[in-house]
Amino acid sequence: MKIAVCAKQVPDTDIPPSQFKVDEADLRVIPPAGVPPIVNGFDMNAVEAALRLRDAGVECEIVIFSVGTDFAMDVMKKPLAIGADRLVLVDDEASESLDALGTARVLSAAIERDGGADLVLAGRQASDWDQAHVPIMLSELMSAPLVTLVRGLTVSADGGGFEVERVAEGGFQRVACPMPAVMSVTNELGEARYANLRGIMMASRKQPETMTLAGLGLSDLVSGKALEMTRLFVPASESNVEMIEGDDESDSGRLLALKLREAKLI
Amino acid sequence: MSGNVLIVGEVLEGGLHPTVRQLVNAAGRVCEDVSEVTLCLAVDGTFDDACIAGLGVGKVVLLEHPGASPDSDSGVYSLITELVSEEVKRSSPSVVLVAKTDAGSVVSARLAARFGTGLASDCIDLALNAEQRVAVTRPVHGGSALAVYEFADNGLQVVSVRPGAFDPFGGLSGMPEIERVDVSGLDVSGTAPVLIETVLEDREGIPLEQADVVVSGGRGLGGPEPFEQLRELCGLLNAALGASRAACDAGWIDHSHQVGLTGKSISPTTYITIGISGASQHMAGCSSARNIVAIDKDREANIFSHARYGVVGDWAKVLPAFTAAVAELD
Ligand SMILES: Cc1cc2nc3c(=O)[nH]c(=O)nc-3n(C[C@H](O)[C@H](O)[C@H](O)COP(=O)(O)OP(=O)(O)OC[C@H]3O[C@@H](n4cnc5c(N)ncnc54)[C@H](O)[C@@H]3O)c2cc1C
Ligand SMILES: Nc1ncnc2c1ncn2[C@@H]1O[C@H](COP(=O)(O)O)[C@@H](O)[C@H]1O
Repeated sequence: MKIAVCAKQVPDTDIPPSQFKVDEADLRVIPPAGVPPIVNGFDMNAVEAALRLRDAGVECEIVIFSVGTDFAMDVMKKPLAIGADRLVLVDDEASESLDALGTARVLSAAIERDGGADLVLAGRQASDWDQAHVPIMLSELMSAPLVTLVRGLTVSADGGGFEVERVAEGGFQRVACPMPAVMSVTNELGEARYANLRGIMMASRKQPETMTLAGLGLSDLVSGKALEMTRLFVPASESNVEMIEGDDESDSGRLLALKLREAKLI
Repeated sequence: MSGNVLIVGEVLEGGLHPTVRQLVNAAGRVCEDVSEVTLCLAVDGTFDDACIAGLGVGKVVLLEHPGASPDSDSGVYSLITELVSEEVKRSSPSVVLVAKTDAGSVVSARLAARFGTGLASDCIDLALNAEQRVAVTRPVHGGSALAVYEFADNGLQVVSVRPGAFDPFGGLSGMPEIERVDVSGLDVSGTAPVLIETVLEDREGIPLEQADVVVSGGRGLGGPEPFEQLRELCGLLNAALGASRAACDAGWIDHSHQVGLTGKSISPTTYITIGISGASQHMAGCSSARNIVAIDKDREANIFSHARYGVVGDWAKVLPAFTAAVAELD
């Protein structure tokens, strides 16, 4: 079985809010100096989902697909270091101006060019623009069934489909899904495993395979954007916090209770 | 604006999902008069027409199909997508409004891909620009920034709206015109996933979305045991129990308690956080809490720049005294 995992390079999400800056004129985010990007967190959960299928005895090739530019190679090789087999980068400056549907078209073409896949996994959303569009659009473009918010995944007993658990309002759902399929994975599935030394060494020796938009016959994709960003800004927030300080920490706790009652908040 | 607004609404237990009335309000931002707006609902036999009274829209299209309810539709809304895209073809609206619920996320993105058009999702504000096209405001980068997007061509404009971002439209009486469309012949079996079962997990205590007071714990609590102390406090305050994603991912508490961008959105009068730093993705779920009260050992933690009251200290010392004092309040 072949599993394609879509993984996006995004700015580190763990920087303190005070260091988050945007260029309002250029409509872009300015990453703090010296902080490397990361593989989108949910996409690492998707890699983990694929590896768990392999752990469960499913013979599979796991191929990572990423569309972007300025790739930090040691970052993008993280999925390889924990067990993915190959890395395919659609490395193209023009990909900066793709919208979600454009990105889905490129991913679908790249997966097709690589020989297709029995299962396409993606993260539930990319933590830069928080859209959660690409996997859903991919399923439409590939005419494949879709399951979102996957927290557990196995191959069905007859080998012809998947048994899936997905997060739902107030609980979860168990779903049977035919193959091939597109799924988006959420953090409830569990964190990706750590890389060991051997994995890191193996990954460092592997070379990513690269594709371009022109090579995929998709150079004209970037022109027709249906939505234009016209403003990007950090909303102003004024702090008006009143700090409660007693003689010691437990006294502060006691005073806080009195304060909240006085303010009729509890 | 040329063309009309179609709201794709959601049904809940035979009635309207709370987001429907919010969408009517949102529609008012992009058209002259909501009485020109059409609402379409995919409904099964359990739907009670009476619930649409006073909705404000001029017309309601009921797409009738025995399998058309969000929880019987395979959990991935394949059937509802088919029904709704037929309706979009039939009525060719210029704007489609959907709520960014589980179902709405899927339906809106599938529609946009199918019609090859733009999709703005999780919007918190809508307006018309000078060209009479829709301009939206949406949080990006985990809520650290806001972005305004404007539709740039004359194609279909699909917009999903963040639940709770708009107040419900109300105060009207009268029944909208109802059109029933029998779509029971539509069949997606074979190509769609099949729902085996929906397991509702026992929700402990008061639902987060409805509570007037919420108490949440984060990574600073250091383990699962301190959540017992939070439960005790919740009991005294008649509060719901929340948590940060870090605490949920660590397995200290179930994910159903998670507050934030990818968890629950809450709007209590009082939101008490303990050992939560206030990452933007957490704050995205409590931006409509009226008063945030933070206990954290780090004075520089971001949570204090959103809080109304704060205590700097070790929770293990602050919390027991706080709880004891609460217990003594009458
Ligand atoms: C796409 C995406 C979506 C996300 N969605 C969510 C979401 O929905 N909800 C969410 O919460 N997070 C979400 N996150 C994660 C978020 O970025 C933060 O990592 C998370 O909120 C941090 O949780 P925390 O505040 O509990 O932990 P930390 O940031 O580690 O903060 C712990 C706090 O505890 C304090 N502390 C430590 N010891 C003590 C003590 N003894 N007494 C008192 N205080 C103490 C520390 O000073 C610190 O302020 C998301 C992240 C991404 C990338
Ligand atoms: N440029 C990209 N390259 C590879 N995968 C992507 C890309 N953009 C989005 N994805 C995948 O689609 C998921 C949802 O992204 P989004 O729709 O942008 O929120 C991500 O978690 C990735 O798995």
